[in-house]
Amino acid sequence: MTWVGEKGYKYVPKEDVIEIQGTVNETLPNAMFRVSLDNGHKILAHISGKMRMHFILILPGDKVTVELSPYDLTRGRITYRFK
Amino acid sequence: MIILKTPDEIAVMAQASRVVAETLQILRKAVRPGITTDELDRLAEEEIRSRGAKPAFKGYRSYPKTLCASVNEQVVHGIPSKRVLKEGDIIGLDLGAIVQGFYGDSAITVAVGQVTERNARLIQITEEAMHLGIKQAVVGHRLSDISHAIQQHVESSGYSVVTEFVGHGIGRQLHEEPQVPNYGKPGQGPRLQAGMVLAIEPMVNMGGSAVKVLEDRWTAVTVDGSLSAHFEHTIAVMPTGPPSILSKPL
Repeated sequence: MTWVGEKGYKYVPKEDVIEIQGTVNETLPNAMFRVSLDNGHKILAHISGKMRMHFILILPGDKVTVELSPYDLTRGRITYRFK
Repeated sequence: MIILKTPDEIAVMAQASRVVAETLQILRKAVRPGITTDELDRLAEEEIRSRGAKPAFKGYRSYPKTLCASVNEQVVHGIPSKRVLKEGDIIGLDLGAIVQGFYGDSAITVAVGQVTERNARLIQITEEAMHLGIKQAVVGHRLSDISHAIQQHVESSGYSVVTEFVGHGIGRQLHEEPQVPNYGKPGQGPRLQAGMVLAIEPMVNMGGSAVKVLEDRWTAVTVDGSLSAHFEHTIAVMPTGPPSILSKPL
């Protein structure tokens, strides 16, 4: 039986996540951020591993895309920072 | 970490691989138009258990069956079902067995009845590519020499190799370090040492290399619907000379 190769773990957007845009309010320790979403909610978001690898800095006021899991809508993952 | 095996351990792995090889030969004869993949699965489990071994895939990451039966455009991990084989199909049979805690793993692709020359060639090139890869598994070579030999043969024959799935080390686990991809530049990765046991398994598509996994979370199919073949042997790198093919049929 084959093994799923490393390439197989490449990041692909999952189908069952909710993507939404928001604005960063404040940066917290451990690369966490308080983000207010365009729908008014405030959530705690961390930065995606790929963005961390590329040293993409996120500052308060940045517009970002956040992925939410349908199971826990209070936390998310930042996957994109708009320029 | 790559776990090296002692000659005694390799002897046990040879037993496990032998069970797989014998069972595959029985399945090869059982493949005919009109048989379902479920029947092949049942036969495989009986044969493995009658040899005092345990099926390796059943329950592995909750895989439900003993056999992986991948028909036509299915690349690997096809789950046996009520699907009836038709004249002209090609079917990949992938099987694993456990003896005294050690795994053996091997796969073949066989034609159902008469197949076109075009399809028979795909099967032939895939098997050749596997053997060319195995030939590279000697002390002093690097891991990607195996990968490169496989890719070279497949692509020069006008086919493409699947990159999402890879071969693997094998021992007390079905999947151990290192991963053995079927593509890449030569001269990279760890140096091969005596006592490494690897499952070398090229998957070759007639069309593009892209594959996707179906909703059952196992069955991998080619995106373009082209045919795909798969061969696999469990081999041990020897202190001198060519590797020992543990799952070679007698």
